[in-house]
Amino acid sequence: MSPLLIIEQTLNGLQFGVTLFLMAAGLTLVFGVMNLVNLAHGSMFMLGAYALVMFERLTGSFVLGLLCAIPATALVGVVIEVLVMRTLYRRDHLDQSLATIGLILLLNEGVRIVWGKLPLKAALPAAVSGSVEILPGVAYPVFRLVVIAVGVLVALAMWWLVTRTRIGMLVRAGASDREMIGMLGVDIKKLCTIVFGIGTALAGLAGMMAAPIIGVQSGMGDNVLILTLVVIVIGGAGSVRGAFIAALAVGLFDTFGRVLLPPAVASMVIYILMAAVLLWRPQGLFGQHA
Amino acid sequence: MIARTRRPELPLRLLVALAVMLLAFALLPLVAQWFGSPYFIRLGTRVMVFAIAAVSLDLILGYGGMVSFGHATYVGVAAYVVAILAYHGANEPLLLLGMSVPGTANAWIAWPAAILAASLIALVVGAISLRTTGIYFIMITLAFTQMVYFLFLSLQQYGADEGLRLANRSELLGLDLGNRVVMYYVTLVALVLVLFGGWKLVHSRFGMVLRGCQQNARRMEAIGFRSYRYKLAAFVIAGATAGLAGVLQVNNEAFVSTADLHWLRSADLLIMVILGGVGTLFGPVVGAVAWVLLELWLEGLTVHWHVILGPVLIFIVLFAKNGLWGLLLGRGDDRG
Amino acid sequence: MAEPAGLSLRHLTKSFGALTATDDLSLEVRPGEVHAIIGPNGAGKTTLIAQIAGELTPSAGDIYLDGECVTPLAGPERSLRGIARSFQITCLCHRFSALTNVALAVQAHSGHSFRFWRAAARDVALQAAASEVLARVGLAERAQVMAGHLAHGEQRQLELAVALATRPRLLVLDEPMAGMGKEDSARMIALLKQIRGTCTIVLVEHDMDAVFALADRVSVLVYGRCIATGTPQHIRANAEVRHAYLGDDGEVTHD
Repeated sequence: MSPLLIIEQTLNGLQFGVTLFLMAAGLTLVFGVMNLVNLAHGSMFMLGAYALVMFERLTGSFVLGLLCAIPATALVGVVIEVLVMRTLYRRDHLDQSLATIGLILLLNEGVRIVWGKLPLKAALPAAVSGSVEILPGVAYPVFRLVVIAVGVLVALAMWWLVTRTRIGMLVRAGASDREMIGMLGVDIKKLCTIVFGIGTALAGLAGMMAAPIIGVQSGMGDNVLILTLVVIVIGGAGSVRGAFIAALAVGLFDTFGRVLLPPAVASMVIYILMAAVLLWRPQGLFGQHA
Repeated sequence: MIARTRRPELPLRLLVALAVMLLAFALLPLVAQWFGSPYFIRLGTRVMVFAIAAVSLDLILGYGGMVSFGHATYVGVAAYVVAILAYHGANEPLLLLGMSVPGTANAWIAWPAAILAASLIALVVGAISLRTTGIYFIMITLAFTQMVYFLFLSLQQYGADEGLRLANRSELLGLDLGNRVVMYYVTLVALVLVLFGGWKLVHSRFGMVLRGCQQNARRMEAIGFRSYRYKLAAFVIAGATAGLAGVLQVNNEAFVSTADLHWLRSADLLIMVILGGVGTLFGPVVGAVAWVLLELWLEGLTVHWHVILGPVLIFIVLFAKNGLWGLLLGRGDDRG
Repeated sequence: MAEPAGLSLRHLTKSFGALTATDDLSLEVRPGEVHAIIGPNGAGKTTLIAQIAGELTPSAGDIYLDGECVTPLAGPERSLRGIARSFQITCLCHRFSALTNVALAVQAHSGHSFRFWRAAARDVALQAAASEVLARVGLAERAQVMAGHLAHGEQRQLELAVALATRPRLLVLDEPMAGMGKEDSARMIALLKQIRGTCTIVLVEHDMDAVFALADRVSVLVYGRCIATGTPQHIRANAEVRHAYLGDDGEVTHD
């Protein structure tokens, strides 16, 4: 493998990795604080992408579309939280899994009813639609670099949020002792809604970042969901730090796997990675509850 | 006087419900033919195939507490093994590890091979997954299902996502499995055997340990049982039984595709168990009937039937606590 | 009936990060004796029991059963070697009957359980042995009742029955009288007096009546260390023990 190829694939792996991180961070937060398995998280990824396309067409601008789509997706998340998730918090994981699968069916079909079966395209503004020479002779798409930057920014923002703010403290406390924060007089309902809203917004953002690269269609979030679960298993449920490291690892392993190995084996690489981590540490790299 | 645990006999209500159900199944082909709707016979076989898979899932879910999102994998893999062997039997031999394997439609070879394949995968997946519990277990079984799905999706030679036709139906005791009535009754016999075997299993020494581990693994370990071993054994047995469902399915449909390996199919099986009644062994049969009929009915209403199915599923999960079987019989506590 | 075993704890240490729950603890329990372990809250008694039973792995040190080092063995294997324990917070299979709970314990120690066909409930030998143990603890009348439906005191009796059903050489009891009233406690003490001698008993208890009625020797645990071992009378008079419990005045009283 030439050094140029290595650099290019590393960047691809990082770009994929930060997308997974955006997904995993939201999902692991929701699990850590509310003990909720939300398999519809992939559908939030999809909704974010559709929201971007919709607002982009309405406003004629990618950036404006993005700025409208993020709160819109978060709002949808809040609505779902209030209507469906609140009844699920008390249920066991099996019930939560199956009920959220019901949501997947509803949402996947819903977008098909509204926007049709054909994939949609999200246009990029001219400024970021080309390539840039990051090294002599290596041209790399600008937008992918933007995605990586966005991912790193979000990671930093998450770190600040979780370690430096009151909400973050509640999140960490909630992750280790849910009953306790209820007794501290914190409005646990509002906390759950906020956390779920943040999680949905992150998933939606991941979808928006992915939309110009992979296109927008019904069910686009289903495969991403499973990869997100793999990231959470490897990183440890409830740990944002674990999600970051695991996401980048999965992104890189998968990307290099596809380049170096035959297709049948390449798709198995990250699952083998997951199995290997589990054999060594059944609770994941940074997980607390086995 | 020696106190004795009540012998695991079927209480009368249960016996009657069971008899009615099996009688209904036995008579279906005759009724269908009389009404001139032979389509229902293949449908009935399809339902019974799901029922076998769902019952095997109930063994590990309802009696072992293992929420496996990967059960469809074992059905699908077994179906594929039969189809692949049949393909190579009708076409060129299979090149495996440098050896030329001829392929066959002989049930005595293909069916055990298929069930063995399913069991081996269950052994590997179970060995890794059962080191974890709770949400990890769910996520890991989901992940492994996805892995197998993608593996078969990449096998261009066997149709990838377009699926693989069954070149020749399995040759079993000279029976014509292409005949829908014959196929139906073969499947019914299998279902009855699975139910009977399952009943014996959950009341055997093994079954009692498994159920004890579900209720209180800590207590079981304290008296000398390594819960991991028993759970793994149950997982493999369930996988093998699901494999049986798979060989029957591919012979009924004469077709297998990656859709049979998709994790949403695993979710279907879980829904059948919940709908029928978790931990009732017989409930999942009713659950399979109800779910298949529900989907058929909704499919007929609109092309966008998923948008109705979703909320229906949510409703079932939130409100069907004891399942249809529990509804029919009233809550029973006759456990052990 | 198996021979009572001696227990030897040598330099046992268990740390959870910065917290040392068991601190270089060494203790000898003689075969056949009833050895009580007492100590103020936080002394590390439950952690010690968990290590003896095999639920927790010590950070350092060893555990010997009749001279055989059992430290590398996990919980289930220790049970098969003859160590039985009861739990401080009742730990039973609540949806099984009392008889079935005990029968499972008997089953664990009579051959393997990878038998998939014959109904366990029809295994006469299992059921008879379980029945007998239940009768011994006084629960014969309640054999068919679901464990979850038993009264608290009955559940504690069942805890003991399950432990006894494994025919232990060493019985480790974690506050068997926990939450019991006077009558139930007296009954339990009488029961333990009966089985005294058939196996070695290590008893963790706060109830001093029980300790003085039953124990041959007592060890006192404070901050994970054993500060004194001796007869109940000796311990009662021990100044260091008194100090550990209540500062300097008064006798060692019961809760």
